[in-house]
Amino acid sequence: MSDRQEVALMAHLMRRAGFGATHDELEHLVGQGYEATVEKLLSPESQPDIDEALLFRYLPMTEYITAAEHAQMNWLYRMVNSPRALQEKGALFWHHVFATGLDKVETANTMHDQIVTFRQHGLGNFRDLLVNLARDPGMIYWLDNQDNHKRAPNENWGREHLELFSLGVGYYTEKDVYECARAFTGWTFTGKSRGLAYPPESWRFDYRAEDHDENEKTFMGFNGNFNGEDIIDIVVRQPACARFVMRHLYSFFVEDEPEVPKWPNERPKNPEAIDMLCDVFIKSDLEMKPVLRALFNSDFFKDAVYKKVKNPAEIVAGTLKMTGAYNGPNPDWGLLSLEPGTMGQDLLNPPTVEGWHTGGEWINSGALINRVNFVADRLRDTSSPGVREMARRIGNNGGAMTTDTFIDRCLFEMGLDSVDEETYGQLASHAEIGGPIVYGENGEFDGFSERVADMLALIAGTKEYQFG
Amino acid sequence: MTTTSKDPILVVLQLSGGNDYMNTIVPFADPHYYDNRPLLQLAEDDLLKLDDEVAFNPSMGPLHEMYSRGDVAVLHGVGWAGSNRSHFRCMDIWHTAEPDEFASQGWLGKATRQIDPNGENPVTTVNVGQGLPRALVADGVSAASVANIDTYGMLTGVERAEQRAQMLDRFAKMYAPAIGRGPVAEYIAKTGTDALNGADMIAVAPKQYQSDVEYAANPVAQRLRDVAMIHTADIGTRILYTEFGGFDTHAAQATNHPRLWSEVSGAIADFWDDLNGHGVADNVTMLVFSEFGRRVRENGGGTDHGAGGVAFVIGPNVKGGQYGEYPSIEIDKLVEGDLAPGMDFRGPYAAILDDWMGIDDREIVGGEFERPPIFKN
Repeated sequence: MSDRQEVALMAHLMRRAGFGATHDELEHLVGQGYEATVEKLLSPESQPDIDEALLFRYLPMTEYITAAEHAQMNWLYRMVNSPRALQEKGALFWHHVFATGLDKVETANTMHDQIVTFRQHGLGNFRDLLVNLARDPGMIYWLDNQDNHKRAPNENWGREHLELFSLGVGYYTEKDVYECARAFTGWTFTGKSRGLAYPPESWRFDYRAEDHDENEKTFMGFNGNFNGEDIIDIVVRQPACARFVMRHLYSFFVEDEPEVPKWPNERPKNPEAIDMLCDVFIKSDLEMKPVLRALFNSDFFKDAVYKKVKNPAEIVAGTLKMTGAYNGPNPDWGLLSLEPGTMGQDLLNPPTVEGWHTGGEWINSGALINRVNFVADRLRDTSSPGVREMARRIGNNGGAMTTDTFIDRCLFEMGLDSVDEETYGQLASHAEIGGPIVYGENGEFDGFSERVADMLALIAGTKEYQFG
Repeated sequence: MTTTSKDPILVVLQLSGGNDYMNTIVPFADPHYYDNRPLLQLAEDDLLKLDDEVAFNPSMGPLHEMYSRGDVAVLHGVGWAGSNRSHFRCMDIWHTAEPDEFASQGWLGKATRQIDPNGENPVTTVNVGQGLPRALVADGVSAASVANIDTYGMLTGVERAEQRAQMLDRFAKMYAPAIGRGPVAEYIAKTGTDALNGADMIAVAPKQYQSDVEYAANPVAQRLRDVAMIHTADIGTRILYTEFGGFDTHAAQATNHPRLWSEVSGAIADFWDDLNGHGVADNVTMLVFSEFGRRVRENGGGTDHGAGGVAFVIGPNVKGGQYGEYPSIEIDKLVEGDLAPGMDFRGPYAAILDDWMGIDDREIVGGEFERPPIFKN
């Protein structure tokens, strides 16, 4: 593999397993090796966490969260700055699958607490994650389990747990839903105060034995006085559960799959890959790390470059990383935290319990406009250190260069290998507007960087750039 | 008169989460209602009666006034046989008009293709809100989706007009049909073209809009105001879609459901006042629906997912009144504890498409369904 190919592959890994990386980071990681980088991603505890004290000092609302944008700011800041890239990406993955939303939960710090849980348990054991999910106050409230009583079962959590979080339609009966609900009676939470408490209070899981249905239940062919954890133990042993989770994993990290409701009828795009992942998952007793290791090191992953439409969080966090201007707290974070929402991904507030429709469905004319504008506006700012650095690398220490070289280097900086002919033709025509492309001695840098910035903005608008 | 501005127009308001039919249209004369709703039952004296048997929820005053004027068709027991109570699946079924298999194209996306087969107007169909609902998706069709109408447009951050025009021209050429790059890339290219053209058209709307109607500050009112803005701009938009959520009232229904309906019915009344004030209401019809009704028996503080529900068709061309039968609440008439839908939702779809929009519904609803006669001739 050439140096350039190695950097490109590393860029692919970091886009999927994280939110991108700067060129310097990529070169450093190439030096360490691909598999070693995968291992590093899989052991977030080996990396320092962000400097939270610094974040809280300058943006105190990210600590005492009382509004949606505070929680979004906290998370976006981590996506851009956390050295534990996969921990953040994994949290986003589970947020896609276990979609819980502020429209109903309303209390932003509760949603923030749920993301903290995904950060802590998202790369661990799936069974433990499900138990933590079932105990998560935001989830309990989102699916009304606080109203699931011994004498009046409420099916909401019971149904969605089976349909959307573990098995999928077709692998449970209505009776299973009801019995599942009964087993989770008494699983509730405390700490929800009327009005605004400041500092905001965290809701806490609360098990009320007196409200738990202690009678015999029949669930998926098993009989017993089941409690919630017993149900989860039965669910995770179903072969359908491994397939369901692995198909989600493949769709999020490798290649866009059809929407979840089509899964019963449409085969996976790569059934062998799903089989392989299921095998690893089951053999490791539902540990996430072995399965992610197998995934990132597989050929199907390495071949899946540009097979996914970037989600808005990836667009926003990836762009902010590129600019190099957001390595610390500053007042811009407030407005930045709203950006994924304008592109159709209001973080912590997915439209429904089914989460976001992904792939091509991220793109519609309104969303495309917002994606292009956001990236173009950031990369046209030639005062940002990342853009200046990119301009220097594209200039390659001075001298004149051909249009082809110029475009090729600009594309590479944006993480693209190639674009189609028409796109290339337009980029080339635009590049030639200003005459010969020269990165000259000191004085000419500004003019050159303007041309680079313009080119980067145009690339942001290409259809190719929508994929990652 | 055959100006394009008088083409029939459809506005859809989707109520997400599953609206509780029985506390929206209350069957107050039926003792079974009170048996099944010991806590959530509404007092008969407060209800807004439609006749001797059913009434609107007390929070639906503005809609009740419109009903009294003959502008509202209430469709009873809307749904389909064999509903599975999943938000995802049920909303998908409403969007695709396909209960039996999984479909990817939306009923209004297909309608858009018939209205504008060559995709000449990128704003034939517009969603107001984030993302694009499946209902508006169809192969080769691109619908605009406007989250913020005031700043809608590409590269609006480029200050020099000449430079912006130059760059937009590059985009326009880059988005020329991209054959052979895969369906998603082709779709993105087409979307890019439509985004550029549609943005120029929609930019007109907030600039020319003036109104005496003060919409409330809640999301459903604001979205319907944006719908009104686009309609009054007269840019050839034929289908306008928006959504309002929160109807998944498993808990605290006694507080939340009336609030939701107070917001929705107020917003709908303001919307029609606005259109009437502009003299542009006469060619508009509105459909209001939710993915399912809720369980007959309450669960203690709310209601769980159910089946048969209620839909509304509203506008000056509608023959106001009630259509279909209120499903029986007697225990042996329920389907797994849910109201049995008596009106297949594809019947009203066919009526809206054929009788109102003048569109051949056969390809869209796939079959013959009883069509409620909701429109004046």
